[in-house]
Amino acid sequence: MHPTLSVRHLTVEIPTRHGLLRPVDDMSFDIAPGEILGVVGESGAGKSMTGNAVIGLLDRPAQIAGGEIWLNGTRIDDATPARMRGLRGKEIGMVFQDPLTSLNPLLTIGDQLTETILAHLEMSSAQALERAIAALEEVGIPAARARIGSYPHEFSGGMRQRVVIALALCAEPSLVIADEPTTALDVSVQAQIIALLKRLCRERGTAVMLVTHDMGVIAETADRVAVMYAGRLAEIGPVRDVLTAPRHPYTEGLMGSTPLASRGQSRLHQIPGAMPRLNALPDGCAFHPRCPRAKDACRVNPGPRLNGPDDRAACWFPLGETP
Amino acid sequence: MNIVSVRNLSRVFDVSKPWLNRVIERLPKRLLHAVSDVSFEVEERTVYALVGESGSGKSTIGKMVVGLLRPSDGVVEINGTDLVHETDAARIDAVRSDIQMIFQDPYASLNPRWRVRAIINEPVASRGGDVTGLAERLLTQVGLAAIDADRFPHEFSGGQRQRICVARALASGPKLIVCDEPTSALDVSVQAQVLNLMSDLKDEFGLTYLFISHDLTVIQHMADRIGVLYLGRLVEEASPEALFSAPQHPYTRMLIEAAPRMDGFGREVTPPQGEIPDPINPPTGCAYHPRCPLATDRCKAERPELVKTADAKGRVACFYPGKTA
Repeated sequence: MHPTLSVRHLTVEIPTRHGLLRPVDDMSFDIAPGEILGVVGESGAGKSMTGNAVIGLLDRPAQIAGGEIWLNGTRIDDATPARMRGLRGKEIGMVFQDPLTSLNPLLTIGDQLTETILAHLEMSSAQALERAIAALEEVGIPAARARIGSYPHEFSGGMRQRVVIALALCAEPSLVIADEPTTALDVSVQAQIIALLKRLCRERGTAVMLVTHDMGVIAETADRVAVMYAGRLAEIGPVRDVLTAPRHPYTEGLMGSTPLASRGQSRLHQIPGAMPRLNALPDGCAFHPRCPRAKDACRVNPGPRLNGPDDRAACWFPLGETP
Repeated sequence: MNIVSVRNLSRVFDVSKPWLNRVIERLPKRLLHAVSDVSFEVEERTVYALVGESGSGKSTIGKMVVGLLRPSDGVVEINGTDLVHETDAARIDAVRSDIQMIFQDPYASLNPRWRVRAIINEPVASRGGDVTGLAERLLTQVGLAAIDADRFPHEFSGGQRQRICVARALASGPKLIVCDEPTSALDVSVQAQVLNLMSDLKDEFGLTYLFISHDLTVIQHMADRIGVLYLGRLVEEASPEALFSAPQHPYTRMLIEAAPRMDGFGREVTPPQGEIPDPINPPTGCAYHPRCPLATDRCKAERPELVKTADAKGRVACFYPGKTA
């Protein structure tokens, strides 16, 4: 069976006056139907840029400079803008961080839902309205029939994010890209939205790419996790393995610096320094200036490429292996 | 010795429409009770954390403690002085320089047109103090270089800016620092650096923190005592050990349950019901009753007072403390 999404050696480049920047460099990963892939990393690591490249929404001058993106066995990275427009919403649903800016404030949520449904599915507007109501009920909006004529500002933040999820799923896409879907929400609402996303995707076998910086959300939600650092994949693997027995020193540092992992200790484990800027990437492995295990080889050679499905960490001296 | 003593603190915001609209549309006044009847004390050289979701009034309390907002009712005493009602100007000045604040957004809280030196010196210079070498000394203490004093805020990353904010807060030699979500705009690895820095400085300078956050894990790491807020009221107060091992209020329990866990692989949480109610028309009785699995008719009619728990170590505002559904 094909994976729903297959990304091979994806590279995104931004030409600037100060040279060529690579916010995404040689990313490869697959997402199987019904699988949730978590993508974690700090700001500027290239997580959102990867998601935007997959849905064809890179802002100029950023552009895909290499690699392939396959959706359900069809190559889409070279698709025309018109074809991508047809795919977005129909085959790929999107949920963004801020639910207020992803809804049109001048249209009722019913209008926005039926517009999406009519654009992608063959049905009459009466049928589309019924389907919109059903979609709202499914995401847990109480009295959906009565609220279909409401505007986005009449909903709370959590309810708005439910509407956005209904919008993303109403044409039954095979892939959903959720970019920090709960970052703007309170803890209790976050738990509701995460449970909702998990349930809907499991029921429908939708593949999900969940971009977030919250390791806790990843642990509870994702099946596999990809850790990004400075535009590159640092580590990828089943979520339990990566989080409990990280192989890449960056993953280990990231896990250790969360207050949860250092419970009971007076000081948090910290990674010295900060992520390098894209215009000043060090030679060799981008993590070596901050890495406690860096050796001479790391200063010269970029981390090993992750090719096979069993490759875990892009590190010359991975943890948990005898050196 | 208590450095902060907050008694029956309340703050009401008037969010009515303009008066002419009210007359024409015959609307009543709309009052938002951001903080209602909150009392707590902060012991010297400890970290008191206020935790709650958005709209719980935690930032409003922080602003009233530093004096950026006037309380509608109640008293804030810093070292025994109520800054709102104190008349001795010298005393007010002395107490004010004991209080500093660190804000959430390090991009918005530094003047982009000022050099770092001017930003850090400001709290001292504005009182006519001696600022020779002050910025350089503080910058080294917060882990930056003395030469950074001549640079502008935009030359720094988010974590470095928050270090500048910490240096500015330390400049006047304060005793109390109110930290309003100091790390929620930062990445985890940077957050760890800033939290470690804050712990170190606390020991070095004998500081007291009033730490405001929505992140339970950060609170658990930093706090010596935790107050949980819901819709402007304190619903529970306890030490971190007691709060996380045996939460007494159902809201606290829900918060702890709902927070994602690093070891929660495949954990299926029963998501909490409902959302924070409208603070303009809060529910009758206990404000948490519409979402509470334990709610009874009594909870709908009567509001529970914040009283000492059975072991007298904490306080809780619930008719059924410690009970689980």
